[in-house]
Amino acid sequence: MKNSLPSINDLNPNLWVDKHSDYLFNYTIVRVNDTEVAKDLISETFLAGLKSINSFKGKASERTWLIAILKRKIIDHYRKINSKKGKAEVRINYSEDSEIDWLEEKVSDPYIKNAEDRIQNHELGFAIFNCLDKLKEKQARIFKMKTIDNIDTESICKEFNISPSNLWVIIHRARKDMAACLKENWF
Amino acid sequence: MKCEKAGHLSDKDQYKEVSFWEKIKLVSHILFCKFCREYVKNNKRLSEIFKESDLKTMTRSDKLKIKKRLYEEILK
Repeated sequence: MKNSLPSINDLNPNLWVDKHSDYLFNYTIVRVNDTEVAKDLISETFLAGLKSINSFKGKASERTWLIAILKRKIIDHYRKINSKKGKAEVRINYSEDSEIDWLEEKVSDPYIKNAEDRIQNHELGFAIFNCLDKLKEKQARIFKMKTIDNIDTESICKEFNISPSNLWVIIHRARKDMAACLKENWF
Repeated sequence: MKCEKAGHLSDKDQYKEVSFWEKIKLVSHILFCKFCREYVKNNKRLSEIFKESDLKTMTRSDKLKIKKRLYEEILK
């Protein structure tokens, strides 16, 4: 019995949740649109990763490897839903000649715009995570709490046992680094 | 006001933590300081980017639950 798995083939399961759960969560939530389901899928992904840890060849990064497992979990999830519902029934009231009408209706569908927005946001999300990975761990955690979770200054200071001026120095450096990192593609 | 202070106020401004007078001070500083004007512009854009991205994080208790399950599995 081992207390921890320090590192197997460059994988470090002890740190998976801290390092990858937010990234995987954002990846999943746009695909399944349900917080509870997303959490379960991520949990299952880590467990499956642990079971197949010996199959990791070290060719991909730890995160890419976990995403590959997660993708399969998402597909399985949809398969399960579909088998419960039975085959989805799709009715289209257009004849072959009126395909143009159908296209026009699709173009005017406001959902399409939303979908585009969501893809755009999704790419932006990944760009942000890639930049967050470049920050120091503590700096990234504090910055995420303040900027994404909107946690107030006092609570963060208490949790990390730092003064407000320390916090603002950390935030200042993080913001400068994040702006520099995102500047090329997103400013 | 020094640029260091202006930068600090601009950061606080991104989280709506500046007072009215601090805001006036900041605005009057960047009126004459090109360097800080650029910083404020980038800082605002960074805030917009985070808003646009609509990122979510998992709560700490959710992370702890997953960690616990994972550790139990590691210990098996």
